[in-house]
Amino acid sequence: MDSTVTLTVDGTSHEVDVDTRTTLLDALRERLGVHTVKKGCDHGQCGSCTVLLDDRRHLTCLALAVAHDGATITTADGLGEGDDLHPVQQAFLNHDGYQCGYCTPGQVCSAVGMLEEVKQGHPSHVTDDLKADVDLDGDPDDSGMVDDEITERMSGNLCRCGAYRGIVDAIREAAGLEPRQDDARVEQEARP
Amino acid sequence: MKELTYVRATDAAEAVAAVAADPDARFLAAGTNLVDHLKLGVATPGTVVDVSRLPLAEVEPLDGGGVRIGTNVRNTDLAVHPLVRHGFPAVSRALLAGASGQIRNQATTGGNLLQRTRCVYFQDVTTPCNKREPGSGCSAIGGFGRYDAILGASEACVATHPSDLAVALAALEARVVVLGPDGERRVPMTELHRLPGHHPERDTTLAHGELVTHVELTGSDLALRSTYVKVRDRASYAFALVSVAAGLELDGDGEDAVVRDVRLAWGGVAHKPWRATAAEDVLRGRPLDAAAVREAVDAETRDATTTTENAYKPAMLRGATTAALAALAGRDLA
Ligand SMILES: Cc1cc2nc3c(=O)[nH]c(=O)nc-3n(C[C@H](O)[C@H](O)[C@H](O)COP(=O)(O)OP(=O)(O)OC[C@H]3O[C@@H](n4cnc5c(N)ncnc54)[C@H](O)[C@@H]3O)c2cc1C
Ligand code: SF4
Repeated sequence: MDSTVTLTVDGTSHEVDVDTRTTLLDALRERLGVHTVKKGCDHGQCGSCTVLLDDRRHLTCLALAVAHDGATITTADGLGEGDDLHPVQQAFLNHDGYQCGYCTPGQVCSAVGMLEEVKQGHPSHVTDDLKADVDLDGDPDDSGMVDDEITERMSGNLCRCGAYRGIVDAIREAAGLEPRQDDARVEQEARP
Repeated sequence: MKELTYVRATDAAEAVAAVAADPDARFLAAGTNLVDHLKLGVATPGTVVDVSRLPLAEVEPLDGGGVRIGTNVRNTDLAVHPLVRHGFPAVSRALLAGASGQIRNQATTGGNLLQRTRCVYFQDVTTPCNKREPGSGCSAIGGFGRYDAILGASEACVATHPSDLAVALAALEARVVVLGPDGERRVPMTELHRLPGHHPERDTTLAHGELVTHVELTGSDLALRSTYVKVRDRASYAFALVSVAAGLELDGDGEDAVVRDVRLAWGGVAHKPWRATAAEDVLRGRPLDAAAVREAVDAETRDATTTTENAYKPAMLRGATTAALAALAGRDLA
């Protein structure tokens, strides 16, 4: 069975005929040629297909395209303004938050969505007090807590190269937090 | 994947009628479990009836501090809702311990409760599995057994139920509101899922075509002082090896405090969320200390059956149950 769906992707509206079995991920990549969205595991376990869907981070592999008729999707490609990168993208560049780069579009979308969730006051699994106001900053003397919050909230995005350290550093910068003492970039700049 | 007809429901009763009339039809919510199963060939419906846009996405307050949760409330929105964070922390904690930020943004309340087992053989169509294909055998028995049930299993199936939310709801005695062709009924959370017996293909007591529309929780002191502890193979983004939802009311303070009332439910141990009533009975009226918790857990696991691969679970339950009750009591349990 075929269906026509309307998807707005990175500001452009598309009408596309899809077989009902087509996932949102395959509709984006195979039908609309939007290759910023990556297919990793295709079973919801790696996060590389993450986009912002109606402003929330969302996987595209476990979603049928027909079920999302009318959705507004932002991929990593649509985050910046013109030639200017989104601050989260720039921070990933600054801190080498990747190696091969395959998981990066998903990481970046996930980080943008995650920082918005923090702004809205969402607690996480590692937040001590469910009732308190939430921020990533936590106790300024206890930078461990900040990183625990970041890694917990980003746990849906795997990086097989293991660039996690750079990813955490990038997110700290994008969130306006102090760099970690052993942030690779800080060390480099401090070297004589 | 088999040809698939997609129907978007605009009315709950119509959705129920459509699925009830067609043995080959299934409800679709966010699809984070069902779409996976379509790809794997584990589910082969001819029609999916998409209920995710039905206007059932509110968390409404009930008299006495309770809440009524629409099935389309997403896991994130339920976890962070002020009424839930304050009145039912075990529910928030269970949700926040499940899946990932993305999946929680998508997954619905009803879909979460009705997700199917993560038994590796169930998800692999090349292996026999009584749950997927009745009568074909159970590959888990004598196979990979790390996740297997230790309570209430049968010779036909040793799978566990994967939902964290369901465990918290079982401890807090939630009711599930179900709409069927003949109208609405309420099912206690502890009776929504069933033990496998001779029919592991049936996860729940729902009839084909019955739709979960809401979950209701009654406010109580036990719910106010409740939490969820989950033990897993990695720190995040993994299903439970075992988990504990607990609610606690104490008489008195400090080490002399006596358990006035307690609720315990376990995940990762059975085909359904396991309400540990024998353990609760041991604890009620007793000073809360490590020996009492150990005795309570041992009473509940007396009939547990384990293999070398899941023999760790009773001990892990002792540790996790102690941790949950210690957190609620606000002190270490010596
Ligand atoms: C990688 C990964 C990790 C995960 N980790 C966890 C975890 O740690 N803890 C955890 O609890 N869960 C975990 N999950 C599971 C996830 O929580 C479920 O997939 C999700 O909650 C299902 O909700 P859904 O809305 O997507 O349901 P769907 O996939 O749409 O539906 C699931 C089932 O419920 C039925 N259904 C849906 N809605 C209704 C209704 N209203 N009435 C009757 N039947 C209905 C459908 O027919 C289907 O059989 C994980 C999933 C993935 C992919
Ligand atoms: S334990 Fe249950 S789900 Fe797993 S293979 Fe056996 S019958 Fe299938």
